[in-house]
Amino acid sequence: MAQAEALPELATVPWRQPTDARWLRRWGRIWHAWTLLYTVPFIAAAVGMFLLDPLATPVALAALAHAWIIPELYAFRGASVVRPKARGSAQGEPVAQGLLGDLLGHDERELQRRTGLALQRGELGIWLVGQGGVLLVTPEHRRVHCFCVAASDPELPPSDRIAHLLLALRSDEVGFATVANHAFAGAAWRVRRRLPLPMRPALDAARRAAE
Amino acid sequence: MDRTGHTTLAQWTAEDDAAFADAVREFGEQQALGYIGTVPDGPGKATHVRELPRDADMVILRRPIAGG
Repeated sequence: MAQAEALPELATVPWRQPTDARWLRRWGRIWHAWTLLYTVPFIAAAVGMFLLDPLATPVALAALAHAWIIPELYAFRGASVVRPKARGSAQGEPVAQGLLGDLLGHDERELQRRTGLALQRGELGIWLVGQGGVLLVTPEHRRVHCFCVAASDPELPPSDRIAHLLLALRSDEVGFATVANHAFAGAAWRVRRRLPLPMRPALDAARRAAE
Repeated sequence: MDRTGHTTLAQWTAEDDAAFADAVREFGEQQALGYIGTVPDGPGKATHVRELPRDADMVILRRPIAGG
């Protein structure tokens, strides 16, 4: 057997630091601090306005709405990485589904057919692989990292798009995460609320597996 | 793996030199088209290969990935 090598696609992003466990912890904390930064001032402003003058209650409510909506928009952006993409060849899908099924264990195959997401255990955490993006549930703090990443041929059948990502992930986990674009990190419940309903059991399964 | 789901490009055995040579040539042509050779190594593992391994049960050619 030939020697295992790093992911060849790493050559396209030579400036990036390896997305390892340390990197994920750091960016998890940065996203947490960022969330506090854009919610706490709105909440403080709302409380302050209400205490100064109850007539300012409508403005205070608008500030509270901002404190709620902005984090929701970020979580929506994160969850959107795994939303099914309409493009791709539907003709080859039954064949592609068969090959993807061969790559997965029994439980993972059933989960993928129900939810559209393939669960993969890794050193960094539990991965959920979709057609054009992946979620990573880290064991520490049970935070979810969302990545945009896809196979370069947009005409591939949906299951093939997952299989390509799965093989790359299995070849070099840190390399895979480094090539992917990090879109969001936050609490699992925030991402879950913004996932399409059929996909939520996959995130629940990943959270259980990460415990 | 391609737009049809997947296509078998070559088959060989460790003892059949001619079939393996054909498979090596096909593997090289696909690499020139941008495909990347990957050998599934059991549950949850795979290995990227630059040369066709004679003893592999299956080699899957995948497209490169990129951040979206």
